[in-house]
Amino acid sequence: MSAAMAKVSVLRYRPEQDAVPVWQDYQVPYSDDMSVLTALNYIKDDLDGTLSLRWSCRQAICGSCGMMVNGKPALACKTFLRDYPEGIRVEALAHFPIERDLVVVMDGFMDKLQKVKPYIIPKQARALDEGEYLQTPEEMDLYAQFAGCINCGLCYAACPQVGLNPDFIGPGAIALLHRYNLDSRDGGSAERMALINSELGVFNCTAVGYCSEVCPKMVDPANAVNVNKVASARDYFFRFMRPAGEKGACR
Amino acid sequence: MSARKPYIRPMAGWWKRDPFFVEYMVHEGTAFFVWLYALELLAGVLCLAQGEAAWEAYRALLGSVPLLLANSVILAMMAYHGYTWFKIMPRTLPPMKLGGRRVAGATITALGLGAALVASVLLFGIVWMLTSGGAQ
Repeated sequence: MSAAMAKVSVLRYRPEQDAVPVWQDYQVPYSDDMSVLTALNYIKDDLDGTLSLRWSCRQAICGSCGMMVNGKPALACKTFLRDYPEGIRVEALAHFPIERDLVVVMDGFMDKLQKVKPYIIPKQARALDEGEYLQTPEEMDLYAQFAGCINCGLCYAACPQVGLNPDFIGPGAIALLHRYNLDSRDGGSAERMALINSELGVFNCTAVGYCSEVCPKMVDPANAVNVNKVASARDYFFRFMRPAGEKGACR
Repeated sequence: MSARKPYIRPMAGWWKRDPFFVEYMVHEGTAFFVWLYALELLAGVLCLAQGEAAWEAYRALLGSVPLLLANSVILAMMAYHGYTWFKIMPRTLPPMKLGGRRVAGATITALGLGAALVASVLLFGIVWMLTSGGAQ
């Protein structure tokens, strides 16, 4: 008896031979517990070694295997063939340039991550012998949600504004920016405000809200972006009342 | 020489790619009817400033079948706009806490819709009183 088979269509792009990406169909043996990632690795190992994809942990924590599954951003390891009885179409993450097959160019995203200064900028310098910074569970709860981001890029693939203006800092990086701004140990909000206010900043967002829908880690990047619109507007109006030369003020 | 040749996919027709984007565009599109209604009210104010004849003509126009039909469409569009506006509201507000627990998004949406409904009924009631009972 032959095993059940499932059709997997993959958008291939091999820069040395393809002018534009092309669809290629594969048949893989189906099982109820087969993830899209397992299916792709079956293709790579047994059918076509030229297929390129990024993956690592297989358990939705490394953020490497983000791709479009039937047009929606998803982690291949967390998406299962059984939910697509009509077959699946897999494509590289939308709104990122395709490097090869399912591999996208992440350089722009990495630059954006650096721009938001995603680290604690201490409010006050503290010597080693003064001990660790302390934080209450309530203080941690303020930002914990945003610390769940795994940088998978699904929210960028869900954001049409990122696609239309690739310079937009975007949902994921702004969620991370917000995570540090909300941290009681951090004093870098004023430094990060210039980026929030800038041409690359939060006002590129038109509140589509799909970024938060597709996030595999229940982060709410749309909230981080929109709360910072208010912060930016407040900064604009209150900067006139601040002493000249103060950090973050208009100069 | 690098063999890299990153391919950038076109964005034309992006909003047709996902039902979520279509819903977003419909929401944004219904804002047009909010603008239309603002124009209608502005025309009323201008007619009022021009005197009784212009005001009565404006009122007669509002009572005509085409305007009643147009305003029915505007009402439906504004109701949809309001509904989707409150649906996205939890994503735009800072987190709210009640008794140490975070208020759920669905609760915020329900409260917003409820408040809009109560305000509409109140306003309708006041206008009703002014135009009928209050005139006696």
